[in-house]
Amino acid sequence: MKTYTNTGNKDTRSGFGAGLAQLGKSNENVVALCADLTGSLKMNAFADAHPDRFFQVGIAEANMMSIAAGMTIGGKIPFTGTFANFSTGRVYDQIRQSIAYSDKNVKICASHSGLTLGEDGATHQILEDIGLMKMLPGMTVINTCDYNQTKAATLAIADYHGPVYLRFGRPKVANFTPDNDVFEIGKAVQLQEGTDVTIVATGHLVWEALEAAKELNEKGISAEVINIHTIKPLDEEAIIKSVKKTGCIVTAEEHNYLGGLGESVARTLAQHIPTPQEFVATQDTFGESGTPAQLLEKYGLNAENIAAKAEKVIKRKK
Amino acid sequence: MRLLTNFYKMADIQQLKGLVSQVRRDIVRQVHAVNSGHPGGSLGCTEFIVALYNEIMEHDPSFNMDGKNEDLFFLSNGHISPVFYSVLARAGYFPVEELNTFRKLNSRLQGHPTTHEGLPGVRIASGSLGQGMSVGIGAALTKKVNGDDKTIFTLHGDGELQEGQNWEAIMYASANHVDNLIATIDVNGQQIDGSTDTVLALGDLRKKFEAFGWEVVTVAKGNDMESVISGIKEAISLSRKRKPICILLHTVMGHGVDFMMGSHEWHGIAPNDEQLAEALKQNPETLGDY
Repeated sequence: MKTYTNTGNKDTRSGFGAGLAQLGKSNENVVALCADLTGSLKMNAFADAHPDRFFQVGIAEANMMSIAAGMTIGGKIPFTGTFANFSTGRVYDQIRQSIAYSDKNVKICASHSGLTLGEDGATHQILEDIGLMKMLPGMTVINTCDYNQTKAATLAIADYHGPVYLRFGRPKVANFTPDNDVFEIGKAVQLQEGTDVTIVATGHLVWEALEAAKELNEKGISAEVINIHTIKPLDEEAIIKSVKKTGCIVTAEEHNYLGGLGESVARTLAQHIPTPQEFVATQDTFGESGTPAQLLEKYGLNAENIAAKAEKVIKRKK
Repeated sequence: MRLLTNFYKMADIQQLKGLVSQVRRDIVRQVHAVNSGHPGGSLGCTEFIVALYNEIMEHDPSFNMDGKNEDLFFLSNGHISPVFYSVLARAGYFPVEELNTFRKLNSRLQGHPTTHEGLPGVRIASGSLGQGMSVGIGAALTKKVNGDDKTIFTLHGDGELQEGQNWEAIMYASANHVDNLIATIDVNGQQIDGSTDTVLALGDLRKKFEAFGWEVVTVAKGNDMESVISGIKEAISLSRKRKPICILLHTVMGHGVDFMMGSHEWHGIAPNDEQLAEALKQNPETLGDY
């Protein structure tokens, strides 16, 4: 079993900020827009170094999204920054018409996604954004797992032409993927090889999946762990290949089970290789105030529940 | 680059007026053929869009999405697609015969303009209202970053100003000195459910734009070609002075077809055979129907 080392807790949003700052130096076409959350999104380094390419839009997200669409005309690559809730639900029609339908090269960068936004509560904790974004034709949907991967993804999406939704979060979490890893959009990353059950996870729950695999290993259960950082386009081949070996699957995400990674996986399996599946996700509820750790525990988005669901799904195998 | 400036540009007002008549014929024929579409606002904005593409803007009908070193136009009130399509076709962006495909299956001329089918001349989808001013601001900002000194023109319905996003954009443009943007409001006082005054009164638009820090040019006769051209030229003379420019273009919905004029009833319905014949009779001058 591979061992992964947490090199120190870091927030994924800082990975975004570091990636954006690097892009500022390496790609003169990159411009950034923010709706009064520059500090929260860690966009200060870019804003300070490139004031001519940074646009403070104020608390006006609809305007920001459509300005970003317009800025692509003339060759700029706009990165928008605000919370996930205000990056999606609040501006769905702007994204739909001016960005997705118009095929504009806008990178929608969304922090504070999911329950781990914490104490601000359900008004800000969007658990529906993956679903909203993956339903838009042509939209690429990425949910990164740690600081290093978020930085790598930020760099990678600048080189990809087309609209992208990049989802990351607020809290400091384990940083365990390699520094300076190349991020391949749409390519699943196998983290553990196993034979009894497949666990596919996205975002903050990837580390929890690795912890779950350790617990399962102690019980003599061999879990394969796959990091699905790109929910759309989904690496169907990697998932099908894994369940052919293991015969069952658990999906884990910080999102509603309706519309999230789990549903995309279920659709893939139903079409190609019907397989018992269990879902670690919120159960069609809103969130609430609390610390990130308390919320993940209360809503079952942690290693313990992933391991429990793995044991449950193994029993469903025929 | 092929620019209209010295090549296609209409030499005199009479030629422009002839084109206006042809565009009006194209509008009513497009809408009649599929028994759907929006003739009222299209007819009302005909002089303005004909003037932009044939007298004012430097633009390249061979079409490149980035539009560098060209003046660009964004139609925010996308439902007046019939006038936009006719003017684009007559300017050489695509074959005039393609107007035959308006709103039909497998057409590039969708009900509302879109980039999705690759129609030359269209740079953004519009139809869901209120987004075009923000898009225009974005394109204007990119021109500034790129050191491109050309101008962004946008067109909006007056009823469209009821969408709140416009006011976000109006606030942003003045606060950030987007002075290479000329946003025109088609003030025809009509919207689907009735007059703008009865549906949701817009108040004094000049005072509102001025209070938001814009320069405002009023064109009282928005269906008079000379007035339209001089109004746009005045707006251009006011640009690049650290303020965005608004043209309040007073038009008559349905202008040029007497039974459609001034009534919200013709916002989104098509003429029947007899009404089409009458509309064409009232706009006899033609460069050749498609």
